[in-house]
Amino acid sequence: MSVVLKGGRVIDRTGERTLDVEVGDDGRIAAVGTGLSGDLDLDASGCVVSPGFVDLHTHLREPGQEEAETIETGARGGSLGGYTALVAMPNTDPTTDCVAVVDQVRNLGRRSTCEIVPSAAMTVGRHGADMAPMGELVDAGVGIFTDDGTGLQDPRLMRRVMEYSVGLAGRLGRPVVLAQHCEVSALSAGGYMHEGEWSSRLGIPGQPAEAEELMVMRDIALVRLTGAHMHFQHLSTAGSVAMVRKAKAAGLPVTAEATTHHFTLTDAACASYDPVYKVHPPLRTDADVAAVKEGLADGTIDAVATDHAPHAPHAKERPFDQAPPGMLGLETAFALTLDESGLDLPDVLAVLSWRPAAIAGVTDRHGADIQPGAPANLCVVDPDETWTASGAAMASRSLNTPYEGRTMRGRVRHTIRAGEPVVVDGEARR
Amino acid sequence: MSATAADAVDGTLEVADPGVLGRHLLGIEGLDRAALEEVLELTDAFAEIGRRPIPKVPALRGRTVATVFFEDSTRTRMSFDTAARRLSADTVAFAAGSSSLSKGEGLRDTIEVVGSYGADLLVVRHPMAGTAHRIAGWTDAAVVNAGDGCHEHPTQALLDCYTLREKRGALDGMRIAIVGDVRHSRVARSNVLAFTALGAEVVLVGPATLMPPAVGGWPVTVAHELDPLLEELDAVYLLRMQRERITEGLIPSIREFATDFGLTAARTARLRDDALILHPGPTNPGVEISAEAAADPRSVILDQVANGVSVRMAVLFLLLGSGRAPAVDAEPTRGVTS
Repeated sequence: MSVVLKGGRVIDRTGERTLDVEVGDDGRIAAVGTGLSGDLDLDASGCVVSPGFVDLHTHLREPGQEEAETIETGARGGSLGGYTALVAMPNTDPTTDCVAVVDQVRNLGRRSTCEIVPSAAMTVGRHGADMAPMGELVDAGVGIFTDDGTGLQDPRLMRRVMEYSVGLAGRLGRPVVLAQHCEVSALSAGGYMHEGEWSSRLGIPGQPAEAEELMVMRDIALVRLTGAHMHFQHLSTAGSVAMVRKAKAAGLPVTAEATTHHFTLTDAACASYDPVYKVHPPLRTDADVAAVKEGLADGTIDAVATDHAPHAPHAKERPFDQAPPGMLGLETAFALTLDESGLDLPDVLAVLSWRPAAIAGVTDRHGADIQPGAPANLCVVDPDETWTASGAAMASRSLNTPYEGRTMRGRVRHTIRAGEPVVVDGEARR
Repeated sequence: MSATAADAVDGTLEVADPGVLGRHLLGIEGLDRAALEEVLELTDAFAEIGRRPIPKVPALRGRTVATVFFEDSTRTRMSFDTAARRLSADTVAFAAGSSSLSKGEGLRDTIEVVGSYGADLLVVRHPMAGTAHRIAGWTDAAVVNAGDGCHEHPTQALLDCYTLREKRGALDGMRIAIVGDVRHSRVARSNVLAFTALGAEVVLVGPATLMPPAVGGWPVTVAHELDPLLEELDAVYLLRMQRERITEGLIPSIREFATDFGLTAARTARLRDDALILHPGPTNPGVEISAEAAADPRSVILDQVANGVSVRMAVLFLLLGSGRAPAVDAEPTRGVTS
């Protein structure tokens, strides 16, 4: 079945033009031009046709916590959010730290509506003690390693993982990416929100910005020592952004992501005591939000990621200290980035699509320029449509969106995954 | 307006603004001077009931007060229980103690179960800040926060204000030191708000590690030495010190804390003749307060306990007895004379 996206503004790395895009049976773009029509014509007038989005940071919860999310439901939410590829975090149960689990995640992904790109843990069980079988995992196609959920605390082991990863680049065919959740646990332990004026007032024990910044600082030093490619996950403080900016200026191989919640929400939200606002790293101050936006504007931060972290409703009905951290993000990321990041539309698409695609090592399939022969992983977004977020209306098995009831601008209209229209007119087709 | 106990008994108690506390009492935050004064004034009426031979009125007959405590407490629970019984409310108790419920599993379920016993008001204590606020969103009953983690303990602040007012007429212009582990103290947070709203000046005193991380916006001054302040204080409010602060690396030892910040006999001797000594209880004799200071005539620690019942009667009455309810029984009093 051929599909034609009709009359949209096509935006990719090469710029903008108004064209019809025809997607062929083979999952590739068959033609671009005017006056095209196919078996299914999808209206894209007033909309923007973009390479599909790539999320560097998705918790799909399968295997192990299927009550909160499955690969199927997570991928459906991703498709509704314009994503065609999701990098699955390895904090599953069992941990994604061996080829067997990687294969399971990838196979489940093949039946879903997104490409699921498994990442694997740097250390066995994410315990921070022993290196995971990184060589075997690289041979199985894993290009991103992370202990996300925690940072790798031991600086000696971190150094060894970095050195070892450099030696695996030849086997992978590109540099191995190490993605760090920067948090010195000795400083953050017992803290459930950002430490500052709000935590003092609310009586919720806080964790200081320095818990994140000390690990950013350490890892930049170790990158200088080892030459490993370090990707900093969910940067949330002004100090972290400044350090990464300096490291990039020094030519070090570092990249960084920011989540939508770290540039749209602050620690003041915790005044409701609703653990829907509990997340790691925690929501920070207005000054940190401004610094994250500056980092996006000047390219210090390469990509917007979601850190989509579903939790079953009862888990978020616990007291603030006992509720698990994390929030939904896949279906709100585009609108929030368009509305609040301060970036122009082409840059919004860049930080959601081709820049993260490059970090994830999937540029042959995602984030590619829209031209005949390219893989048809595309989304069509309406930058003017306003809509109101509702957890119950989302595809996730969980409800923990911090944007419940918020009206936002910018909506995903269609998503094409490997030639298949998986979202049409804002509705998931399967 | 002068409320009397007789008014409370026969249901004609005149309260300037029965809705002064709103639906719940979750914290001192949000209450202004007028609201605090109204509660304190009403407390006089209930204190009078407490002095009668039979200290009981039918004001809340037929209403049910549930104490829902996820943290051990003897005093606060007894105080609320006594207050409810003096108003003829029925009481039920839920104590999670160290059961799995205290770990938060089924918190909402617990509240719904308690609600199904017909509780009109929940007195909630929990080791984590904000839990009373959350519970208030899940129940039709009124909620009184009886202490939520390091956040607030509003009835403690009200009884402290009542005690200070009883001894000194008003808090205006008083200089009050709150001494010790302010960082972890819900009593301190509520009292900073209440004391300053009523016109007192507050200085927080303790080692830097036991101060909240950011008090820049608070209407207080901070001092890390007690000795230079002693002669200028109208009241010294000592907070309970917990031993676990040592293992948390916040202070080197209890001995050093007691030496630097404890109200020793020597420091007590330097206090002004009209200064007042307060403590929320239970005390750690020899740590934050010496036996001499606790027994000093200027100590009002036992007055605090007694006033706690009266203040809590006023709070229960405001939330359940006036405006909210089928409320106060208008039939004649029995066995009570005023």
